[in-house]
Amino acid sequence: MTTLATQQLVDFAYIIAIALFILSLKWLSSPATARHGVLAGEIGAALAVATTFFNPELVEFRWIVIALVVGAIIGIPLGLVHMTAVPQRTAMSHAFGALAASLIGISEFYVNTPRITKFGMIEIAMEVIIGSLSFTGSLIAAGKLQELLPQRPIVYKGQNIVSLSVLAAAVVIALVLMEHPEYTVLFPVMVGVSLLFGILLVTPIGGADMPTVISLLNSYVGLSAALLGFVLGSKVLVVAGALDGSSGFILSVIMCKAMNRSFTNVMFGAFGQIQVAAAGAQEERNVHSATAEEAAAILGSANSVVVVPGYGMAVAQAQHKVRELFDVLAKKGVDMKFAIHPVAGRMPGHMNVLLAEADIPYDKLIDMETANSEMAQTDVALIIGANDVTNPAAKTDQGSPIYGMPIIEVDKARTAMVIKRSLNPGFAGIDNPLYYMDKTLMLFGDAKAFVGDIVRELSGGGGH
Amino acid sequence: MPSDFTISLYVFVLAGFLGFELIKRVSPLLHTPLMSLTNALDAIVVIAAIIICGRHESKLATILGAIAVAAAFSNMVGGFLITDRMLRMFKLSGRKKQ
Repeated sequence: MTTLATQQLVDFAYIIAIALFILSLKWLSSPATARHGVLAGEIGAALAVATTFFNPELVEFRWIVIALVVGAIIGIPLGLVHMTAVPQRTAMSHAFGALAASLIGISEFYVNTPRITKFGMIEIAMEVIIGSLSFTGSLIAAGKLQELLPQRPIVYKGQNIVSLSVLAAAVVIALVLMEHPEYTVLFPVMVGVSLLFGILLVTPIGGADMPTVISLLNSYVGLSAALLGFVLGSKVLVVAGALDGSSGFILSVIMCKAMNRSFTNVMFGAFGQIQVAAAGAQEERNVHSATAEEAAAILGSANSVVVVPGYGMAVAQAQHKVRELFDVLAKKGVDMKFAIHPVAGRMPGHMNVLLAEADIPYDKLIDMETANSEMAQTDVALIIGANDVTNPAAKTDQGSPIYGMPIIEVDKARTAMVIKRSLNPGFAGIDNPLYYMDKTLMLFGDAKAFVGDIVRELSGGGGH
Repeated sequence: MPSDFTISLYVFVLAGFLGFELIKRVSPLLHTPLMSLTNALDAIVVIAAIIICGRHESKLATILGAIAVAAAFSNMVGGFLITDRMLRMFKLSGRKKQ
């Protein structure tokens, strides 16, 4: 076959792959068809990779095969991680995606450097800057999620000025390179500065803001892949990158809206520093606490229960005990649902996956709007490891840092029960007036142990 | 004849809009699998890495290309694998008892 014909055949296969990718995302719209979506994506990817081997430019296959084997050896365990590790796994895969995109850009620079056009240089520089900062940014995010790094925001004075100066330095170097591509020594400096910026960008961001950060990094990784498509003139990369980028972007917007905050505020606001003023104004307030036995009695006689899970449930690994509670209450005819706040947990959809893993049927998982419309008719709202997303101060207290954030209105339920280790304010350091309301019962203890105790009381009491 | 950049820009804008329309329809229930699936699809950069690695233009390009192939391919394999594992767990009430 002639080279031209082969090239056309390869391009044709890429077009089919892209069509399959689009179908893949389309089928993901509902849980019923979602697995077809994965299959379509797999076929598309396999087709694209296989036909690439027919590319006439290829002369040496040994390293490709070795690298593919290494990739599979790394990728398979990363595909088999426990569900609780999904946020950090996702951050790691952002890091790998960004690494691949920037390395390709870097090698394009060195291959073409004497005869690179100004325009080509801009494309490569943008691609490599975004790829590199997403690489280190994602690594820091993964480190925070794995708790290798402190989850609290790490801040110092003048931080934003330092960070933005570093980014500006990368841009200036890129502009110099555009005028003088022969100063090749500047290129690694630009890469280094971009890597540094990624670290500076994510280090000050607290764990509670991870859903937004991880979505934003997702969108950067997509953007770097699309830019790589511009650099290489590869339309398949442009499309895949644009799809990934728009997905990350939409998720970031949803996350920001769910916190009533802007991108700039998330990226540069260093949310979650302990409020000194609030701590000073602490007065003695009454708290009603209850034992597992009392809680079980109330739950057992309720008609409807809404569970509001948060990151604390994931940390305590309580989802399987919660499933037992679901079963024992179902036997008693109690209707139990789960109200999922968009930013509950550490990444978009985190709680849904954990509850699905514990075999909770997904029609029992309801979103914030539905939950709030049903809350007034709900007997018990049971809050497990969630804090800020249930804080009524977000609606009532204009001075609160989370004022305006949409919450799950558990204070509208007839009784609110909060499983919590202690009265310590949560991650963002914001006091929660819910805990001092008359209808609120505090259940002090470890989420997993406490839910286990309630289940024991309920199953023991049910037998007579 | 439009330049290669112009064509890429057309494709980018159209794919971006298509992406918005598709992703908007994804249920919030599936936002985590969405992210892992788009990660796996994005790993299609592996095809560019394969070409860089196998063109044999310079030792540096081959090494960088090989690392990029490994990084992107690990995303592809791991991303599809975990997405499918997650989606398998989503069940309706009626089918909860196996």
